[in-house]
Amino acid sequence: MAILSKEEAQAILKKVLSYSKADACEVSLNGSDEGNIRYARNAVSTAGQIDVMSLGVSSTFGKKTGTATINEFDDASLKKVVERAEELAKLAPENPEYMPPLGPQTFSESLTYNAKTAAMNPDTRAEMVAKSLSVSKGAKLEAAGFLVNANRFSSIMNSKGLFAYNKSTNVSFSVTMRNQQGTGSGYVEQDFNNLDKMDTLALSKIAASKANGSAGAKAIEPGKYTVILEPLAASDMLGNMFRGFDARSADEGRSFMSKKGGGTRLGEQLFSENVNIYSDPLNPEVPGSTWSGDGLPVTKTQWVQNGVVKNLSYSRYWASQKNTQPLPFSRSIVMEGGNQSLEDLIKSTEKGILVTRFWYIRMVDPQTLLLTGLTRDGTFYIENGEIKFPIKNFRFNESPVIMLNNVEALGKPVRTGSGLIPPMKIRDFTFSSLSDAI
Amino acid sequence: MLPSLAFGKLISVEEALTPVEVALKKKMADVVLNTAKANGASYADVRIGRYLNQVIATREKRVDNIANGESYGMGIRVIANGAWGFAATNNLDNDSIAKATKLAVAIAKGNAKIMTEPVQLAPQKGYGEVNWKTPIETNAFTVPIAEKVDLLLNVNNEALKGGAKYINSNLFMVNEQKYFASTDGSYIDQDIHRIWPTFTLTKIDAAAGKFETRNALSSPMGMGFEYLKPLDSEKIKGGPVTMYKKRYDMLEDVREAAVHVDEKLKAKPIAPGKYDLVLDPSHLFLTIHESVGHPTELDRVLGYEANFAGTSFLTLDKWESKKFNFGSKEVNIVADKLETGSLGAVGYDDEGVKCGKWDIIKDGILVNYQTIRDQAHIIGEKESQGCCYADSWDSIQFQRMPNVSLTPGTTPLSAADMVKNVERGIYMFGRNSYSIDQQRYNFQFSAQLAYEIKEGKIVGMLKDAAYQANTQEFWNSCVQRCDQNDYRLGGTFSDGKGQPSQASAVSHGSPTTRFNGVSVINTGRKI
Repeated sequence: MAILSKEEAQAILKKVLSYSKADACEVSLNGSDEGNIRYARNAVSTAGQIDVMSLGVSSTFGKKTGTATINEFDDASLKKVVERAEELAKLAPENPEYMPPLGPQTFSESLTYNAKTAAMNPDTRAEMVAKSLSVSKGAKLEAAGFLVNANRFSSIMNSKGLFAYNKSTNVSFSVTMRNQQGTGSGYVEQDFNNLDKMDTLALSKIAASKANGSAGAKAIEPGKYTVILEPLAASDMLGNMFRGFDARSADEGRSFMSKKGGGTRLGEQLFSENVNIYSDPLNPEVPGSTWSGDGLPVTKTQWVQNGVVKNLSYSRYWASQKNTQPLPFSRSIVMEGGNQSLEDLIKSTEKGILVTRFWYIRMVDPQTLLLTGLTRDGTFYIENGEIKFPIKNFRFNESPVIMLNNVEALGKPVRTGSGLIPPMKIRDFTFSSLSDAI
Repeated sequence: MLPSLAFGKLISVEEALTPVEVALKKKMADVVLNTAKANGASYADVRIGRYLNQVIATREKRVDNIANGESYGMGIRVIANGAWGFAATNNLDNDSIAKATKLAVAIAKGNAKIMTEPVQLAPQKGYGEVNWKTPIETNAFTVPIAEKVDLLLNVNNEALKGGAKYINSNLFMVNEQKYFASTDGSYIDQDIHRIWPTFTLTKIDAAAGKFETRNALSSPMGMGFEYLKPLDSEKIKGGPVTMYKKRYDMLEDVREAAVHVDEKLKAKPIAPGKYDLVLDPSHLFLTIHESVGHPTELDRVLGYEANFAGTSFLTLDKWESKKFNFGSKEVNIVADKLETGSLGAVGYDDEGVKCGKWDIIKDGILVNYQTIRDQAHIIGEKESQGCCYADSWDSIQFQRMPNVSLTPGTTPLSAADMVKNVERGIYMFGRNSYSIDQQRYNFQFSAQLAYEIKEGKIVGMLKDAAYQANTQEFWNSCVQRCDQNDYRLGGTFSDGKGQPSQASAVSHGSPTTRFNGVSVINTGRKI
């Protein structure tokens, strides 16, 4: 029920719009069918399947807009939701930032859907988890993990004739393995659109090896160190930075992208010259939707080139205020790297620390983007190009902006979350205290 | 950090005020219980939930969003062949209910094939037909939207008059109409209310390229709209900040915030080192939440959350020893599911257990955890402590944190008098950045406002101050608590736990409390 075809979604949206009496009307229809299985202490704890669909209607009279949502789809409910949106619109104050709906747009066909992922069922999930449990039980470790797959569609239509539809699939797996003494812990996490790429056995073996390898960690002094961030750790830091690529907050003076004296840092050399970041929803490794929530086409966009900020994201309203073109952000981020593997980066390091992942990252200072958080599930000391011994976890206080000014080397990017992120060698990364957590 | 509340279908105020008939809910529940038993379940419970939300969001002189939402459906949980099974439906005709019940039983039987040991459920007597309501004076859903919008726009106006460049103000309201029934013989009807007013005020120093913000010092509460009716007897004045108990003066707070942000823009950077900290309840609640609430969750201790939230340093051997020195003798921490005005107050939890109050840390020693029915036997309890909660009818209920609070001191002491005895210290208000490791040893917290104390006097505002500590060392540095008159609740609307993640609302009470010799760092950097 929840995953409608393009034609089915279009038919419902057209029907909803036919009930509209407002000056302008925008309708969205989204659905997902999500199945999951959770395990802990080497046994399945919960399993479920959730199937949901919802319709949202925004009606506008002049500059007064009201929004209503519903999860029933009979004709009476569809009429009711339009009436409610119109009632709310009449009660609402004028919105000086209201933007009239866009007319029809042209969108590229996305690469987000995979039929095999869409066909996953409880048996597929149980089988994938059984492979993971075979690793933990075989290695006498305790596993806790989560496997979830989703089949989604999203669509929008408005009274100016714009229509957009996208269908996507995703499968996501993560597992933590701990030894029985509680002295070692390892973790992996992986997302794909395509089920064929997901190998829970191989991933679980990495978690097991980290759990065994991290046992018996030694304490070393906090301070500034050269670090090699695995792509997951690097991605944890960058995610917080991408939210700052918003022109409005930069123009308003409340972002790390704000310039002293007013304006933004667009065009400034903010990072090392070897930092190049773009987004591309048509990259087959990290496919994304080719349209944004307000109906704008999403295309390949360079955000940072040779360390220079090349673009900031503009909403339609803010672009109209600044006499520029609106530019949506995309989650299909690609940070370019080199051809070196993680092992190559370790080999070329005289003294340093390998970080598997970070945990509980929070913003400390939005002006400098200073973040705090901790290492977790496998932190190792490197000397003369080799991993020497596991070390106790650290708390860090560091800004991704400072970090990307201290880039020594970048490895080959790999899919991490919804982006392609390289492992990174960073000098002078600031660890501020030790943690006893394992 | 504002929660992202999920809204279901939008409904009118009139509809929100008309609860579903109890007799109808009982009839639907009986379909579940009878079908489950007939299909081989040894236990079944059903939650029929109607979750109402209203949010009003404004910015400067305009309303960003007004939304009413409803989510209505049924969650069915059974034990069959010794294993749990769960299914949910929002089709509430008898056939759909029976079908979902059979699905839950089938899932339980499937899970039984791969289980390692059968579920051991602590015994629970049935209560028959009972009910419970949050003791509110004014149902926030009955207050006209125009009145709420006016309040927020007045708040924004005060902020702009005070020189704010930007002001966002929001009002969140929740009503959970929950019906629980189980094969133990309980039919429990509950009506639960929560409210959270908040704002963020921003000023910019463009020439210096600096900005500062201050968030509201309100608390989310288990109350009705009366929380927003100011009352002088519920204020504590005399310090650098007006503090609020069970009535909040949003206009007064925003006027003070405008002044505070000017002080923040000119504040002196902290010199790193050891300081005595005086922590206001508006700040301390989050430290309690992270460093006491989470590590005493029994499911974390046992490893059920290892892949997401983490485990706990408070392992069973520490509890069994009956002498694990969690904190100083001042540290007395209780779990309390009944406290009036708190977010976690309910009559019964989401598996039909009557709620209560118990010690977690007694005179500094770890004495207990937080448990639910299928965990109680692990710590030798004969009954559950009533900590089971699901954030929606379609979520599986599991162990969630009750209100966990630091009790007030018994010797009369005001916050102002506490400050007088501090030679070199920092007085902190409001939550800001917070981070703690996955076993809850090492944490770092900062505040909305940090004042320097020198020789018993507040001498000015500090910036870039964050304290770092080890949980056990921190609570052992607790030397003094203010008395009952200073005791207040803080809380969060959206504590996250579980996979898929579920949100829960919880309060933490405390008096203003002093901690000696805590390490404070300077977080200022240049980019």
